[in-house]
Order: sequence, then C-alpha cells, then structure tokens
Amino acid sequence: MTATPAALAKDTAARGPVARRLSARPELGAMVGAVAVLVFFALAADGFLRPAGLGTVLYAASTIGIMAVPVALLMIGGEFDLSAGVMVTSSALVSSMFSYQMTANTWAGVAVSLLVTLAIGFFNGWTLTRTRLPSFIITLGTFLMLTGLNLGLTKLIGGTVSTRAIGDMEGFASARAVFASDITVGGFQLRITIVWWLALVAAATWILLRTRAGNWIFATGGNADAARAVGVPVDRVRVGLYMGVALAAWISGQHLLFSYDVVQSGEGVGNELIYIAAAVIGGCLLTGGHGSAAGAAVGALIFGMTSKGIVYAQWDPNWFKFFLGAMLLLATLLNAWIRKRAEASS
Amino acid sequence: MNGTSTAAAGSPTALVELAGVGKRYGNATALEGVSLAVRPGEVVCVLGDNGAGKSTLIKIISGLHRHDGGAFRIDGEEVRLASPREALDRGIATVYQDLAVVPLMPVWRNFFLGSEPVTGRGPLRRLDTAAMRRTTREALLRMGIDLRDVDQPIGTLSGGERQSVAIARAVHFGARVIVLDEPTAALGVKQARVVLRYVAAARDQGLGVVLVTHNPHHAHLVGDRFVLLRRGSMAGSHAREEIALDELTRQMAGGSDLDRLGHELARTRPSGPDRGAP
Repeated sequence: MTATPAALAKDTAARGPVARRLSARPELGAMVGAVAVLVFFALAADGFLRPAGLGTVLYAASTIGIMAVPVALLMIGGEFDLSAGVMVTSSALVSSMFSYQMTANTWAGVAVSLLVTLAIGFFNGWTLTRTRLPSFIITLGTFLMLTGLNLGLTKLIGGTVSTRAIGDMEGFASARAVFASDITVGGFQLRITIVWWLALVAAATWILLRTRAGNWIFATGGNADAARAVGVPVDRVRVGLYMGVALAAWISGQHLLFSYDVVQSGEGVGNELIYIAAAVIGGCLLTGGHGSAAGAAVGALIFGMTSKGIVYAQWDPNWFKFFLGAMLLLATLLNAWIRKRAEASS
Repeated sequence: MNGTSTAAAGSPTALVELAGVGKRYGNATALEGVSLAVRPGEVVCVLGDNGAGKSTLIKIISGLHRHDGGAFRIDGEEVRLASPREALDRGIATVYQDLAVVPLMPVWRNFFLGSEPVTGRGPLRRLDTAAMRRTTREALLRMGIDLRDVDQPIGTLSGGERQSVAIARAVHFGARVIVLDEPTAALGVKQARVVLRYVAAARDQGLGVVLVTHNPHHAHLVGDRFVLLRRGSMAGSHAREEIALDELTRQMAGGSDLDRLGHELARTRPSGPDRGAP
C-alpha cells in the first residue's frame, strides 16, 4: 500500500497538465478563435471596430447567444433540441395573437406565451424521458409539428402568414422597453438583448459550476447510468434543461415580436442548427458531459463577428456559411482531441 | 450444504437479507430462489458465470429493479426499494464496475455526486466547493490514495484507483453495506490487490460487503461466505470454513458440468492431436 501513492503521483504527472487545463476550461479554444476572427476583421473591414460596428456585432451575437446558452446546457446534459429555432417563432406568435384576438394588454399575451412555450419545452423533455427515444427524433418531430402549426394556425386565425400589428395596443411600449429597447452605456448605444444575453450567461455559469443542479447536468450528460445509480434525478434534470431552452425561446420570441411589431410565421427554421453550432464551437461535446455557458457565448460572438464582419468588409455574404462550417469542423476536431486526452485511460 | 440461513442465535441481525428472491423480465426468469444474508463486518461473495444472474441480483439490492418473488429485508424489515436513492438512504451503496464514475468530471465532483454539500441560503445557495475539495482529498488519503490534484477528470485515474475512489466515497457517506460489482474484473494483478485491500479495510470498519465476482481466487482471499449462482438460481452457499479454494474453483467453473465436459473431451481426444487439458 505504501508504494501506491508514489506510483500514482508519477502516473498523473506523466499525463500532462495541458489537456487537463483545456478540459477544465472548454471555452479556451473558442476564445483563441474569437480573437483571431476579431483581429482578422479589424484589419479587413473598415468600421468594424467603431462603436456602431461593435454594437451591431454584439446585437447579432446576443440574438444567437440568448438561445445558444441554454442549448449548450442541454448539450452538456447529453441531448439536442432541434425545435429551438421554430419555438422562438411559436412563442412570438402566441404572444401576438393572444393579445390581438383577445384585445388584451400585451403583457397578458407575454404571460400566456411564457406558459405555452414552457409547456412545449416540458413536452420535449417529458416525451424524451418517457419514451427513451433519441432526442434527435423527438425534437425533430416537435420541430416539424411546430413549423406546421406556426404557419397553419396563423393563417387559420388571421388569414395571412404574418400576424397583425399590435404596436398601438396597451402595454406594447413597456413590453418593448423590456424586450427590444436600446440602452446607452457610457456613450455606447446597445440593444437590450445584450443585457439579457449576459445575464443568461452569468446565470447559466452559476448554475453549472456552483449548484447541485449543475453537477447533475454534467453527470447526466457524462454518464447517465452512473448518475442515476448515485441518486441523481436524471429525468428531472433533462426535463428542466428542455424547459430552460423554452424559457430562452420565450425571451427571444418576445424580442422578435416587440422589435418588429409583426411576426412572420415561417421564421426560425434552421436557426436551431446555428445555436448548436455556436455551442459546439464554444467547446460543448456532442456526446454530452462537457462544455460551458461562457463557451457558447464566445461561439455566438464568433457568429456575430463573422456575419457582420463580412458585411463591413463588403464581401458577398454567401461566404458566411462556408466560413462557419470550417470553424465548426476545426472546433469539433479540437474537442475530440481534448476528450481523447482527458479520457486517456478509461 | 445448501442451507439458506445459517444465522446462529446471538449473531447480529443481518443488514441485508434475501430469502428466496426471484425476478422475471416478461417471460424470462432472471433470478429464482436466491437467499443470502450480510452482517456487519462480513464479506459475502456472489460467484457465477456470465448470465448467472449476478447483475440482476445487484440491481435488486441496489434498488434499480424490484424483486417479484421472495423477501428482501434490510435490518430485518421487509422492503421493496423504489429507487437507488432509497437504497442509499437505507445505507446500501453500490459500486459498479464500469459505471461507477463520470469520466470527464473532476474527482471531487464525482466524489460528492448526488450528495453535494451546499452553503449559503436563498438564491446564493451554492456548492461548498472548498469543503468538497478538502474532504475528497482527506477521505482518499485515509484510504491510502494520495491525489495531488483532485481537479483532474476522474477518467485520468487507473481502473483500480477509480474503484478505490468509489469505495472511499461509499464509506465516507456512511454506507453500512457496500455492493461491489466485479471490482477486480478489468484490473491487473497489482491493481486488483489494491482494491481487495480496500474491501478488507471496509470490512474491518464494520461494513457489510457483497462482493460480486467470477474470480474465485479473489473471492476466497476476502470472503466469509460464498453464494454460487448458476442460470439464475442458487447452486450453493458455503461458509469459508466449509469450502477450500480448489472446490470453490471447481464449482464455480461449472462443477459436475465440467466433469461431464471432461468425459466428453476425453472420448474425443484420441482422434485429434493432443494439446493437453484446457
């Protein structure tokens, strides 16, 4: 027994601290990438680094980031949500149509929308834990159903594929102030979504690293059977994570509604993949058990910088998707390498 | 020899006792009429080949599955466990061979998984990370494991070390009975020795141990009683004094089945090249 500690110490030293450092900070790789993208566009695009330019970049990053953060948590918990993109649109539609049809205060619509969106999230999570089908299949089903419902119900109720303007209704101004206003910080004009985004990142980071729920999320994604065996309520964690995505979809949806006044019912398709890509670029493992909220935020920032940087550099915007695809591949390769090092002996 | 209960008068109540326990999955009988009893400071080894029903037995004791025949008693009280949590609350901790830990999580997070201490109140209620790290280091040190860095992913530890961490965890959280699922199966000789030492250490602290294995050599080193399973039912239950390692190995390897196989092979041998007995 006396020989064991010495042998062990030698063992751990030999495995090297680099991989461990990286695995402890999943967002490191993404941060290096973000700095590279920033430097690149600062040199290539005029106006990118001016306050107005940065404000636009941060706004683009925040609209993706609000969703990428809970999607990252869900991925750390080992699941996907393909319905996240259209759920945003559903949330906006419910809010708008309830207010308009009931001639109610817009805040009533906002509240009803919250309940409906959380119910969709609950449905995803509950179906997953009950059927044990892959989340890919279940949320693909929800995605298709919501896509159809968004268009179908909107046409059925309003006659067209977009909602009526609710800008003159009671409560619109105050709701707009909460979800879609501009704020001025030290001379910079920033969209309020940036505040929502940073608040969500802070809350998610706190939950992940400093609460029991966070420990359970990592364990559920990392090894659900082991987690269950030591008493972690794995199913409740999963349902909670889906409802977290729904909560963020509600915030995004209200932003959509109150910044444009009308909602196009066909929107949101394809965004779910952008959220997932941002989370993966930020260091989340597709297989679960590893990642961070800050990483997803950096992933969203890379998206924001790239999409707006290309515009400021006056390039063909079609290159945007190609660029992101390449980033995604690089990020996944880096993740795979880290995982191999971290799990070297298991 | 096949006595199901050898509890002598005056010995303490069994921590865990199974009496004729059975389990069916649909039409398939996974387990039938299995009886055993674990007392404080006692190691009961459950031996059996693949498919003998060892894992079903573990799942029943650890609360993952409910038995549907016979009686399952904890401290003499009949129970039907609804979840692993309930088993844990009653002092039964199970250490699984392959799913004991979450490889990518740091050692200290693994150590406290499911029983994390918190500090603060209201929205500031948070993990007591400093205490968690310190306690992990100390609890491991008591078991003779000296980790300089409890922040490393537990997947970077060797198999034996991970098992030992899991055992240390069970002991720390006040388990009275530890169920070990093949703790030495994937390990080398040296690592297996380390794990068996921790089993003995846990026993000496007064814990009851259920050691599930298909290695009679390891079982005989630490076991007080040996329960043999074959195709879902009990093929024998022997106290340590009643059975020698050779006999245990023979029974474990199939007993009379093996003898029959021996005859069969003996008849066919002359026609083939002689490569010696298996």
